[in-house]
Amino acid sequence: MNRSKRYARPDGGRCVACGACVKECPRGAVRVDRGCEALVDPELCVGCGRCARVCPADCISLVAREVAE
Amino acid sequence: MKTKHWYDFLWLWSILFFGLGFFNILFAWLGMIDFFLPLVFALVGGNKFFCNNLCGRGQLFSLLGGRLKCSRGKSAPRWLVSRWFRYGFLVFFLAMFANMLFQTWLVAAGAASLREAIKLFWTFRVPWGWTYTAGTVPDWVAQFSFGFYSLMLTSLLIGLIVMLLYRPRTWCAFCPMGTMTQGICRLRRRGGKEAWPGQTPWVPFAFVEKKFPARAIIPTYRAY
Repeated sequence: MNRSKRYARPDGGRCVACGACVKECPRGAVRVDRGCEALVDPELCVGCGRCARVCPADCISLVAREVAE
Repeated sequence: MKTKHWYDFLWLWSILFFGLGFFNILFAWLGMIDFFLPLVFALVGGNKFFCNNLCGRGQLFSLLGGRLKCSRGKSAPRWLVSRWFRYGFLVFFLAMFANMLFQTWLVAAGAASLREAIKLFWTFRVPWGWTYTAGTVPDWVAQFSFGFYSLMLTSLLIGLIVMLLYRPRTWCAFCPMGTMTQGICRLRRRGGKEAWPGQTPWVPFAFVEKKFPARAIIPTYRAY
């Protein structure tokens, strides 16, 4: 089970599906869904925030795991 | 450690394209590959495989702004990544592209003469003029080359400026090709004409599906 306190959550409406986050993710937790938006697998995400730092549209935020679960 | 693919080095293609065009403007025609390929992927495959993996320009910005740290890494202003700016920029760029095609047509029809000028931001002439020897090819072929190279160089400069000021791939947030292909993908998804899930993708794109199995996406992601 993933013990990280945070995970990345992209805002699909603002995502430009450039794939910069996919390249940056060390865990392979991000993928671009059919050219429309980035999706993050919360189970794989370790909340490092690298995807959020490279996102040109600034659409990825890190959210606390407890809030969603 | 991620495996490197041949297409991870396509930033070299971007440099090569502008390098070749610097010496001979007719190489600008090669840029049409970058124009049509993303559309082919979006229309046929229903994805942004080009933007995600094959875009030499995006890779170049990642390399310069990321690994070589030529970027401030700041968030871009909200208006720059807003939807109206993206679509507005797309309309503007398509208008400039249409104008370039019109100029080419005028030259082809004999209504205008060839203008051997590479212009930046549609205004400033570049300080070099050895890229074309008159009469090598029909004038309209050369006219298109000058227009298209100007467009490509201008967009590269805009990309480099926003890369320096903001994040490495800020250009991607309003890249006209990216906006167009994402629009096509959204329309496909809305229209139900999806290559997946449930449908077998067109055979030449089967390798994309194999590499990036979109149907493996767990529907619960959307619950957030």
